[in-house]
Amino acid sequence: MGTNITAVVTGVVDAYKKDRSRLLDIVRDVQAQLGCVNDEAAAQIAASMNVSRVDVDGVVTFYHFFSKTPVGKYSVYLNNSVTAQMNGRAAVAKSFTDLAGCQFGQTTADGLIGLFDTSCIGMNDQEPAALINGVVFTRLNADKVKSIVGDMKAGKKVEDMVRDHGDGANQSALVKSMVNNNIQRKGPVIFAPFESGKALKAAVAKSPDDVIEELKVSNIRGRGGAGFPTGMKWEFCRKAQGAKHYVVCNADEGEPGTFKDRVILTEAPALLFEGMAIGGYAVGASEGVLYLRAEYMYLRKYLEDVLDGLRKKSVLGANAGGKSGFNFDIKIQMGAGAYICGEESALIESAEGKRGEPRNRPPFPVQNGYMGYPTTVNNVETYCAAARIVLEGGKWFKSMGTAQSAGTKLVSVSGDCRKPGVYEIEFGTTVQTLLELVDGRTARAVQVGGPSGTCVGKKDFGRRICYDDLATGGSIIIIGPNRDLLEVVHNFMEFFVEESCGWCAPCRAGNQLLLHKLEKIMHGHGTEGDLKELESWCKIVKSMSRCGLGQTSPNPIATTLQNFREVYEAKIRKGADYDTEFDLLASVQESCRVAGRIPNIHEEH
Amino acid sequence: MSELQFTIDGKDCKAKSGQTIVEAARENGIYIPTLCNFQGMKPAGTCRICTVKVAGRYQAACTTPAAPGMIVESNTPEIEDMRKAIVEMLFVEGNHMCPTCEKSGNCELQALGYRYTMLAPRFPYLWPVREVDAHAPKIYLDRNRCVQCLRCVRGIVTGDGKHVFALSQRGNKVGIDIDAQLAAGLSEDQAKKAMDQCPVGAILRKEIGFAVPIGRRKYDGKPIGSEV
Amino acid sequence: MSKPIVATASLAGCFGCHMSILDIDERILTLIDLVEFNKSPIDDIKKFTKMCDIGIIEGGCCNSENVENLRAFRKNCKILISCGECAIMGGLPAMRNGIPVKECLEEAYLKSPTVDDTIIPNDDELPMILDRVYPLHEIVKIDYYLPGCPPRADLIWEALVALLNNKPLSLPYEVVKFD
Repeated sequence: MGTNITAVVTGVVDAYKKDRSRLLDIVRDVQAQLGCVNDEAAAQIAASMNVSRVDVDGVVTFYHFFSKTPVGKYSVYLNNSVTAQMNGRAAVAKSFTDLAGCQFGQTTADGLIGLFDTSCIGMNDQEPAALINGVVFTRLNADKVKSIVGDMKAGKKVEDMVRDHGDGANQSALVKSMVNNNIQRKGPVIFAPFESGKALKAAVAKSPDDVIEELKVSNIRGRGGAGFPTGMKWEFCRKAQGAKHYVVCNADEGEPGTFKDRVILTEAPALLFEGMAIGGYAVGASEGVLYLRAEYMYLRKYLEDVLDGLRKKSVLGANAGGKSGFNFDIKIQMGAGAYICGEESALIESAEGKRGEPRNRPPFPVQNGYMGYPTTVNNVETYCAAARIVLEGGKWFKSMGTAQSAGTKLVSVSGDCRKPGVYEIEFGTTVQTLLELVDGRTARAVQVGGPSGTCVGKKDFGRRICYDDLATGGSIIIIGPNRDLLEVVHNFMEFFVEESCGWCAPCRAGNQLLLHKLEKIMHGHGTEGDLKELESWCKIVKSMSRCGLGQTSPNPIATTLQNFREVYEAKIRKGADYDTEFDLLASVQESCRVAGRIPNIHEEH
Repeated sequence: MSELQFTIDGKDCKAKSGQTIVEAARENGIYIPTLCNFQGMKPAGTCRICTVKVAGRYQAACTTPAAPGMIVESNTPEIEDMRKAIVEMLFVEGNHMCPTCEKSGNCELQALGYRYTMLAPRFPYLWPVREVDAHAPKIYLDRNRCVQCLRCVRGIVTGDGKHVFALSQRGNKVGIDIDAQLAAGLSEDQAKKAMDQCPVGAILRKEIGFAVPIGRRKYDGKPIGSEV
Repeated sequence: MSKPIVATASLAGCFGCHMSILDIDERILTLIDLVEFNKSPIDDIKKFTKMCDIGIIEGGCCNSENVENLRAFRKNCKILISCGECAIMGGLPAMRNGIPVKECLEEAYLKSPTVDDTIIPNDDELPMILDRVYPLHEIVKIDYYLPGCPPRADLIWEALVALLNNKPLSLPYEVVKFD
């Protein structure tokens, strides 16, 4: 075993030239060959890269898809997002545990199958879904699980277990995935016809400053959700001093319920890459990095192929877009499973081969980003829109949407509606209009912007989807009339507890404490005082946390307390000044079992 | 270095350009409570106790540089209560048994508890299961008491630049890991430094302890921050 | 006019807090003039005989008897004071909280080198061990907290005097300590 580990580690580390910034790739490749990165493997990686063992372990233990213990020849990662739960995840999970013969979080004794929960994998419109060795399985049910487990026990290759393929490029030879695009509504910006190469040509015909000016005219703001003006970001980056500049694309859409970037990557990658090249031209970069979430590994070969095609067409490479002296290329950096890496500075840390912890600001990435150079990090959709703006003009773009929120927005719609999928809508569209489009008229609540966004009820369905009202990076989850809203909130809070990076105290501890208090209320032991405390604790976590994760993680509770207070009121003990979850009988069970006696509680309550 | 002017709670302050709000406040005789911050180390901003309000936004004063004309709110009842809440969070998310801890009386977390007159935390105790690592010959690491300030991660590095301590896991499972091999090579000075830099009793020197009697320890008589 | 009535108890504690009550020195004479003691180890009254004004409890809850006792205090005292680290956060007994109950019991009764019996005591009369040690306020409502291990005698004295005179509690820096 030891010699095998040495051989594998040496081979992988050498393949990456002992480059510290490739540690994620190294760990991934070692795990692919050894089934995990145990203490010995970590120590060997550390020794051969001349870093300390704890730094390697720090990376291995940070990311969801890395493991110190064997994950099984077939590792099943079953999505646990709320939409998966709405669509029968519990039954699917039970089928897996029954048939595989191990619990979630475990690997079968023979090491064949490992079962794991995982945060949203970007398939919310086709849940329940799972990743098995990186291959996506959608719309799972008991029958499908039976055949999958049968195939695993028969030793079948995972790729061969995929029987039907989805629509569009999901059928291409390099993808061959059962994933569906479900593009329900095309708009003028993202999914309109696009002639590859044209946008970059138009861009390089202008000066970089003029390209930035065009973006400023368009009023485009970041599509990831935070909404920073893109033109301004590019300008800051361009003006920042540095030996080189970088363009990074954030393809780490991890907000539960969003999957629109997955569809762009599948159906419009050329538009995206051209947008990145335009960004490169504007800020003065010669290299771009596509940071692709590990969940979308199944698209990697296909995307590499698209990049090759663009190089052949000189959209990328030397004198890109025919502009003499403008050399620009794009590399793909895979993530490894961490929601926090959607935060731009955490993404940069991760792309540099480190734990994906956000950085302190200042300095901002535009000053000091990837590898210490000025870097612009933008969303997948933002780059696509930028390319379109260069083609159609800033004024054209600005003519759509609202004054503060120009253009269109891709939204990923899932949950209780008839037509889940991707919609390109104009900013300013009301929730009600969207509900009609997606046929989700019976909605009791709509989660706009994912768990970190806002949960609105009927009285707010007239509100508009845009930065200055209901902002969203793309996630829209429809919650039907029969759903237990507190269960939804609970799912979201568990997500944040799992996905907090743990760096800062209020987010690390605060989210657990919020979840704790929520459970107390859900279990019928809440008081009016608990509701007040819950509100006050939300404010503490939001105010004191270091990055956007902790600053928004209390939102599931905060926004439902605001918009659905009656749901909480119905659960609490009105008039009680104190209640506790402490249960004497339950708390003596274990000691009585061990001592072999029957609990005898003889006091009146 | 140029000098700039700003205010904290209405008081005019001067700062050198590049100085953080925490540093500048100290030089102007204003105490902003800190825990993870340590003079001479790059600020980490993990504890957030130094959070202040600048132009309506909450920011950590240890990572935010003072800027000309900046208006900082620090000692307001709202902010002070949120700081106290963080101290309480740190108490409940670990296992802080002050009566058993030899850092008691010299512990910065405890001292903040005293400063904020924490009688009982508003939060329920979480009782995490955390391991004690006593492999290193000169020090032991008691994770029960750790507040993840990262002072050890930042401060204790080998001659060739390797981390002896690093963060492991994420979220509520996050904890300090110690590199056994590198820890075995710690010098007397480094071991002492590791203990002295730890604000709590998570890193302690083996074979010594309880040198100062109760009543004469650092925070027995005077609150943390009273030197400012 | 009848004197205010005080009750005290030590649950999963070491009686150190009670020692600290006695440590108020000669003021104990004043205290006896000021209050009447009911259920308390100080006068050895075992059961509540009347409604009390103030209950002072040291120690957390580690077994069923502690819980029953604590609940009786809540029922029979208008004001309940959580006194000392064990009452407030579990204290030293709570060091077992990270260890499974089974392991604790086996270590204490089966594996320890000094025990001969090979059973875990299971007589019906014995209190049942809780899954972990609980601070008082996680089981009943607590009105005041006096931290310390033990709380300084001055703190206890000041607190009692303030309560008896219906004055706000003053908590000088020197007396609020966790050890």
